[in-house]
Amino acid sequence: MRHLLSISDLTKVEAISILDTATELSRVSDGAVKKLPTLRGRTIVNLFAEDSTRTRISFEAAAKRLSADVINFSAKGSSLSKGESLKDTAMTLQAMGADAVVIRHSASGAAQRLADSQWMSGSVVNAGDGTHEHPSQALLDAFTIRKHLGMGRSDLSGINVAIVGDILHSRVARSNVLLLSMLGAKVTLVAPPTLLPVGIGNWPVTISYDLDSVIPHVDVVMMLRVQQERMSDLFFPNAREYSRYFGLNADRMARMKSGAIVMHPGPMNRGLEISAEVADSARSVITEQVANGVSVRMAILYVLLAGGALEVGGN
Amino acid sequence: MSVALSAQEITRALTRISHEILEKNQGSSNIVLLGIPTRGAHLATRINSIIATIEGAEVPTGTLDITLFRDDLRMRPPRAIMSTKIPTSGIEGKDVILVDDVLYSGRTIRAALDALGEIGRPRTVQLASLVDRGHRELPIKADFVGKNLPTAKTQSVKVFLSEIDGRDEVTIEEGGE
Repeated sequence: MRHLLSISDLTKVEAISILDTATELSRVSDGAVKKLPTLRGRTIVNLFAEDSTRTRISFEAAAKRLSADVINFSAKGSSLSKGESLKDTAMTLQAMGADAVVIRHSASGAAQRLADSQWMSGSVVNAGDGTHEHPSQALLDAFTIRKHLGMGRSDLSGINVAIVGDILHSRVARSNVLLLSMLGAKVTLVAPPTLLPVGIGNWPVTISYDLDSVIPHVDVVMMLRVQQERMSDLFFPNAREYSRYFGLNADRMARMKSGAIVMHPGPMNRGLEISAEVADSARSVITEQVANGVSVRMAILYVLLAGGALEVGGN
Repeated sequence: MSVALSAQEITRALTRISHEILEKNQGSSNIVLLGIPTRGAHLATRINSIIATIEGAEVPTGTLDITLFRDDLRMRPPRAIMSTKIPTSGIEGKDVILVDDVLYSGRTIRAALDALGEIGRPRTVQLASLVDRGHRELPIKADFVGKNLPTAKTQSVKVFLSEIDGRDEVTIEEGGE
């Protein structure tokens, strides 16, 4: 495996192998060892042409724990804001000897473009491209679900997951639908019809417009951020109405199954899709998702950079 | 293919190694056994149970995966990472006995020493290996050896353990790696 652009690049065996690797690596971060020499001498560039807190810091922490050299590069304060093209930026990175580029871009397909072009020879990791995919987020979500509800299984068979909210603009939802269903989970999407993409009938999911009927039957409620910055039209009448029908509040949380967890990829709009009470409750694994993100991204960088093709199982 | 060690010989070798470990360390009070996955971990567990029958008490036993510390990572496909479990008593000031199945180039042990250095500072680090087949590439030597097997580099030594392979045996095959 050379790039990680989309969940559809992964086989089930490869995905599980990344999760297993992350499990071992998370023991490393928990324990006395904070730093591993594995990627010493490798250069990883974080190319963030769109704002990000969690993902950029998480990839940076992951790379540093594996002893790679990290160069951070964001649109603001770089020549990208002067209008430099992706091609020229990539060729600059190539000239500097980047072994991997972690790219976040507002255009869907930007990571694919970078990987397919001959502009640079390193690995490309998609850290979110437009409304297309965000594979590392899906992997860390699957990792978090497996840790809480997997009961020692390697996949997620038999687990019911509801993904709620702005599916239309969500790359997190796309990657999660692909990954969670590949791992055997049953996914239900809950959203107003205006926030569901065209062609959703072909996705391996159940659709619902009624959060209250779904809540008592699922093991995981994954709330999505309402992405106001991507909304050029009116998708729902107003925030209060959205919140009343599709927000997760304490009343709805009380009707969840015992042991069910609440997830959110962040950043949260507290009071809109999720109430502060729920976000800070014992069911919420939202900050744990962030911690798991580092282990999962270490696993991704290990698999992409430590050698050639992914070898699965034994040594 | 020829059999280098039978099941009975493996048991005898491990029993002798256990006695030697106890003799050299004057008992089991400060010992920590760390097996290198996969087969070294099972050997460490066996040595622990032999020590328990001799001394009447088990010693802290764990596993140490060295994959992330290897110096040949770039030359091969990425390897699956195995489990590392350090006993809760830790390794600080302890006599750590590394346990592996086959001692060959010595690079695994070098990586293990690096891994230990990240975890703490043992009083001593000693090495027990079921088989020493020679051809060292680094200045590393085992303190406790089950059997010295003179081999050619073209041969390959395979260790089978009942825990994972269903039988206990060490074989030498022509034209391995």
